[in-house]
Amino acid sequence: MRYLPLTPADRTEMLGVIGAGSVDDLFVDVPAEARLAGPIAGLPLRATEMAVERHMGALAGQNLSAGQAPFFLGAGAYRHHIPASVDHLIQRGEFLTAYTPYQPEIAQGTLQVLFEFQTQVARLFGVEVANASMYDGSTACWEAIAMAGRITKRKKAVICRGLHPHYVATARTMAKFTGDTIDYKAPKLEAEPDTSGVIAAIDGETSCVVVQYPDILGRIPDLAAIAEAAHAAGALLVAVVTEPVALGLLEAPGHLGADIVVGEGQAIGVGLQFGGPYLGLFGCREKFVRQMPGRLCGQTVDAEGKRGFVLTLSTREQHIRREKATSNICTNAGLCALAFCIHMTLLGGEGLEQLALVNHARAQQLAERLARVPGVSVLNGAFFNEFTVVLPKDAREVVRALADRQVLGGVSLGRLYPDEAALAHGLLVTATECTTAEDIEALAAALEGVLA
Amino acid sequence: MSAVNAVGWRPEMGPAQHPEHESSPHLTASGDKGLMLEEPLIFELGRPGSTGVDIDAVDRAVSPALARFRRKAQAALPGLTEPEAVRHYTRLSRQNYAIDLGPFPLGSCTMKHNPRLNEKVARIAGFADLHPLAPQQTARGAYEVINQLAEWLITLTGMHGVAMSPKAGAHGELCGVLCIKAALEARGEDRKVMLVPESAHGTNPATAAFAGFSIENIPATAEGRVDLAALKARLGPDVAGVMITNPNTCGLFEREMKAICDAVHDAGGYVYCDGANFNAIVGKVRPGDLGVDAMHINLHKTFSTPHGGGGPGSGPVVLSEALSPFGPLPYTARMADGVVHLVEEEDAATMGHSQSFGRMAAFNGQMGMFTRALAYILSHGADGLRQVAEDAVLNANYVLRSLEGVLEAPFGKTGPCMHEALFSDENFPEGFSTLDVAKGLIDEGFHPMTVYFPLVVHGAMLIEPTETESKAGLDRFIASMRSLAARAKNADPSLKTAPHFAPRHRLDETQAARKPVLSWQGG
Repeated sequence: MRYLPLTPADRTEMLGVIGAGSVDDLFVDVPAEARLAGPIAGLPLRATEMAVERHMGALAGQNLSAGQAPFFLGAGAYRHHIPASVDHLIQRGEFLTAYTPYQPEIAQGTLQVLFEFQTQVARLFGVEVANASMYDGSTACWEAIAMAGRITKRKKAVICRGLHPHYVATARTMAKFTGDTIDYKAPKLEAEPDTSGVIAAIDGETSCVVVQYPDILGRIPDLAAIAEAAHAAGALLVAVVTEPVALGLLEAPGHLGADIVVGEGQAIGVGLQFGGPYLGLFGCREKFVRQMPGRLCGQTVDAEGKRGFVLTLSTREQHIRREKATSNICTNAGLCALAFCIHMTLLGGEGLEQLALVNHARAQQLAERLARVPGVSVLNGAFFNEFTVVLPKDAREVVRALADRQVLGGVSLGRLYPDEAALAHGLLVTATECTTAEDIEALAAALEGVLA
Repeated sequence: MSAVNAVGWRPEMGPAQHPEHESSPHLTASGDKGLMLEEPLIFELGRPGSTGVDIDAVDRAVSPALARFRRKAQAALPGLTEPEAVRHYTRLSRQNYAIDLGPFPLGSCTMKHNPRLNEKVARIAGFADLHPLAPQQTARGAYEVINQLAEWLITLTGMHGVAMSPKAGAHGELCGVLCIKAALEARGEDRKVMLVPESAHGTNPATAAFAGFSIENIPATAEGRVDLAALKARLGPDVAGVMITNPNTCGLFEREMKAICDAVHDAGGYVYCDGANFNAIVGKVRPGDLGVDAMHINLHKTFSTPHGGGGPGSGPVVLSEALSPFGPLPYTARMADGVVHLVEEEDAATMGHSQSFGRMAAFNGQMGMFTRALAYILSHGADGLRQVAEDAVLNANYVLRSLEGVLEAPFGKTGPCMHEALFSDENFPEGFSTLDVAKGLIDEGFHPMTVYFPLVVHGAMLIEPTETESKAGLDRFIASMRSLAARAKNADPSLKTAPHFAPRHRLDETQAARKPVLSWQGG
């Protein structure tokens, strides 16, 4: 077998050193009645590299990938162009096949990347500190709610209507078991987010207000007003960013009063990958750092006085604190954080702004064209690269009909909110720098055909 | 710009900056030493306002509706050109040790070779460039991958079902523990205690606490296994279940696993098995045959998806018939016509999964890890996976028996180990410890083993060679370990200052924690 270097002669010689008659003697602690006599029946046996590649290639061929059709999906996962050097660099074995940097003398590469990544995320979000990443945006969002609970010693989270429904569901799952209260209602098809409704829900029991920015319908909430109301009640503002490219144009949440800023980093460097692995971004004000979950990299010096980096403040973490840890999280999304870091290093603040401008321009072109499709209206007042259109019929059917015409037309609100009949006609559409004028025309034409 | 930092190396720093080393012939003006290359931070290299990406020019004005939300100043981040960025990250990469460079014998972490075929298939556009909410008719191949992997995991473990969505091992633990909690609630019971052995990974008690359980320890026997009598004595109507690692963190198979499961079930509880060490037994025994109710499988361990410097992981959880109805959404199901369907919130009730505890994360799980793991499994097949476990256990026992003469092996006398060999620093002279051996291994060109874990052994050294090390490679490692054990026993002072040949020497972790500097402080 091509991945197993021991030869039959090696095995015999090694058994001799061990003093065992056969390899089965080494499994003597496994109860005999449970030990399998041979390979499990009915499963295929080993295969050549070529055969496996053929099998996987055939499965991949059954999918219609984003690059094969006019493509307008978003809703928390965004298609952006990733510079070729990003994937080249993350495949260097020294990054790809390293472990968590527990031995800092021989892991400065990973550690310095994490320090650069933490700085990039903190500056992007407008907060003082960021961690070395979480699993994804949805789990980072729950961790922020849990962290706000620890800080304020309160158990009620007020969640804006515009939070991604998968994020809401993730928080609800956890809250059911921890006894936290989640105050949430589904969004309405309105041009502006429900700022006054969120503010009205804040009370003396509220640990935090969770606001997505831009929100699931692509609208842009007034973070500063919500921050003020939250702080007046002794609650924290948690801002959630699912499209970090938006922060090339929009004011950083930390500058608008957010105390904890979390997000999905996938849009920068990572790619769609059918939903994972992605990376959770997590930043906060410095005074809360000891309540933060997840790995942190810090600067220090070595025995010769040279600057170096180590994992730090690990007394918050499970491998030291066990059941008293701030979270049970053990990994970060290391390789995805590296991809984010390299892509962001290529972009810089200037490139990010240019990229955001192109995204916004394409989305405006898309909105102008779709507004001219009979029966279709654009819902949003403001938007960045994603917005909601209202169709004359159930958007789920329309998405399926568009796919039959080889157009990946968007995400229906019906799929995201199966229980909300009032949202069934809503369709989320996104344009990025990858979207061409031809793509926009193809969607508009297909939509005209489907709705005719 | 000037790359100045108060404490670190900087480009203009020459020998004169180090008066104590002034006469050393080993210093250079550049700070680099041959192939040992120093590298500043991007913030010290980059220029403000520059970018390394060419983007179509557009008007800088934005729509009037958006203008009031506009960022006042660009994020203060440098942009490096491609040659600068490639060189920066390539130079940094060379400061890392990795499996591609040599053995990485971290016990419990399973650092095995990462086949490059798996990287290649994960990057096929049909997987890599596929949106998680793509219309179902355009993602059948992706559902098929998830379902095929799920079928393999169920068959290899002898379990009833599997939850594919957990993002990593600890997230899988959470999934299993939430299934237990949901099952108890469905029975109308509120059991508050989770039993966890002292030798458990820290994630076990942290996970149970995260899910609202209180934690009690189960003692171990002198042989390093769960004390069945003590466990039975503690079981009762307040105990929700136990979390047991098998093979355990001492590298031993829990011989009484079946009796443990029976006792817990008789008392109305459930058994969570931490499957971090499944690689030792894959194809040799099915946890389902022993009575386990839930077990996570670290795809990045047993099935070799790359660790990537600390993640991403992936932690599918296999479930017993009793717990399967409570598993999370979404999941894949093969329909009567053979086509695989993704079951989301919309169809959960009609698909008979209305007892699901809900969603654990956005979207459909770690697809990029599923494609790699499936390619790994198909490459090995049922026969190759069995060989994986056998070779991993053979390699570990070879290390155990080759080193037990020079290092204390606390459980070596009572029988073979599984996939990892455990030693202690019990017989080291005053002032020498496991840490010194670990740092000495760095000088020898190896990554250290897991140190000071499990906590039940003094100065634990947990060595997991994995099946992808050759005998010649193991012999080199063993020779280095024997040399280091001898140096420790002889109280060699040079071992106390190891590593001598790494890019950095012992780093001051106390200073890092006392005055945390977590981001670059320059402008």
